Amino acid sequence: MSNDNNAVAVAVEKEGWLAQRSNQYAVGIMALVLLGSLWTLSIDTRYIYLLVYVWFGMVYGMFLQYGRFCMAAAVRDLFAVGVPRMAVGMMIAVALYSIIAATVTVGGFSTFHPNAMGWHIMLGGLIFGFGIVFTGGCASGSLYKAGEGNVGSMLVIVAISFSQAIFVSASGWFDRLMPTAWVESAVAKDMPEELSVQDGWFDIFTAGYVWDLKGATLAETLGIANPFVASFLVNTLVVTILPTIAILVLLYAVYYKKGYMRRVKISAPQFGDHVRGMWSMFTSSKNTAIAGIGLGIFAGLQMWVTGALRDHYQIYNFGEMLSAMGHTTGLSIQDTVFDPGYWYITTQEAQWGGWIMQQMGINMTDNIFFGLENGLPNPLLNAPGFMSIGIILGAAVLALSRREFKWKLPSLETAMFALIGGTLMGLGARIGMGCNIGAFFATVTNGDPSGWVFLAGMTLGGYLGVKAFNLWIERRSAKQDECEL
Amino acid sequence: MAVKFEQTGEGEYRLDVCGYSCPHPQVYTKKALQKMASGDVLTLVFDNPSSGESIIAMCDNEGNDLYERNSEGGQSIWKIRKA
Repeated sequence: MSNDNNAVAVAVEKEGWLAQRSNQYAVGIMALVLLGSLWTLSIDTRYIYLLVYVWFGMVYGMFLQYGRFCMAAAVRDLFAVGVPRMAVGMMIAVALYSIIAATVTVGGFSTFHPNAMGWHIMLGGLIFGFGIVFTGGCASGSLYKAGEGNVGSMLVIVAISFSQAIFVSASGWFDRLMPTAWVESAVAKDMPEELSVQDGWFDIFTAGYVWDLKGATLAETLGIANPFVASFLVNTLVVTILPTIAILVLLYAVYYKKGYMRRVKISAPQFGDHVRGMWSMFTSSKNTAIAGIGLGIFAGLQMWVTGALRDHYQIYNFGEMLSAMGHTTGLSIQDTVFDPGYWYITTQEAQWGGWIMQQMGINMTDNIFFGLENGLPNPLLNAPGFMSIGIILGAAVLALSRREFKWKLPSLETAMFALIGGTLMGLGARIGMGCNIGAFFATVTNGDPSGWVFLAGMTLGGYLGVKAFNLWIERRSAKQDECEL
Repeated sequence: MAVKFEQTGEGEYRLDVCGYSCPHPQVYTKKALQKMASGDVLTLVFDNPSSGESIIAMCDNEGNDLYERNSEGGQSIWKIRKA
């Protein structure tokens, strides 16, 4: 670029934004997604169903990057550095999404299915919560950080993918650790022989334990038929909004009030001071709050759009559409694939890992998770998989345009943390039936109380994880002379 | 790659946590500030944008003055005066 004369300088200034290399990359990614979408639609317009996942993924990626919206930080930063920023942002997103989810449900377009309630949710949350302290991000957080060029976060995604695929398909001596009652109950389900439900601890756990549990929204449990009362008053107000307010008040009282009162120099606060303090807590990180609002709204919209598309194409699951298009490889024995219709992260990543292992000649479909429930589609036809890719791309676009993209190679320590933490996240996500999105965010906002149990487990896991992390860095600091921390 | 914390002058410290992602930068910043005396200045160098948001909140909460924020090429150099 030449600066030899004023005309050129003015032209450069005018075109300055696009003259920046990082902005060119950002525009390039957007153009690729647009052209890719048009090309896909030119093959078959029904692919719009898959593309909706990509587009919503990109929007999520942008909001996540914009607000540094990582739910791992919600629990971790509370215990590690006493900062409630992300916990507050998460609660804002939860409250907003629940209101839109209720509207979508009343409109008849909800795609939500409750999780079975049991101790496994708490245990899964605990293992997941412990793991996220070491990976530096939750499942969605690792995706957006991968979009910022963080190679360590990419390793986390690899670890989550393969650990889940291995956990749900492995069988061996540890099958014997499963209670006999579970084995008997699993066998009694009379499942197709090719699934071999008596082999593999996850199959025995799923068929012999989880399937015997009940999962329902609170309105379903109470038998409330009126859709407005069920969705807005019971599922949203009682299950989501009231606990959210209680958590926000608790966060304010424990983590924010003292610092706020010191800043505004009030020694004997009245009720009004506390209200202003709460407001200050909401707005203290505007980026996080804006991301929470955006994510809450778009997560609800995605459910509505996918529900409307299912209605339009008269399908219940993307597998039917794939079958109709002639793509029958990779479907489950029920001719379905994983297709939640809302924000979800971990299952599609398990499918990536499972698909690769299948290509390596390992039988990955003789289990309930892939063989019966979710299928193992080619990643090019994995609709929710494209949502995860969309998150990476959306975050990359925004990070590039904000000059925040930087390739970051992990140290050996960070890589080790990423792989071990990612493996724990994968294990926790499968036992707990999802990550902080699928098992918490999507559930509590749709009236399924099991999500709060997952959050309780994740919080306890996060607390223990921070304790373990602090022990690690103290041990490490003691060994290093240059670091006297 | 290692965390570097050093005294660079009278009441001046420098913490370099480049290459580390959450929660390392915020945890090390908290530890560094705990080592310092009131009025001391910490120059913090990091390259994990997410940690920045938590460090802002942490300074707000504890009354530390985050008075300078520079970013270049994905790297941030911030200055914090301990309350």
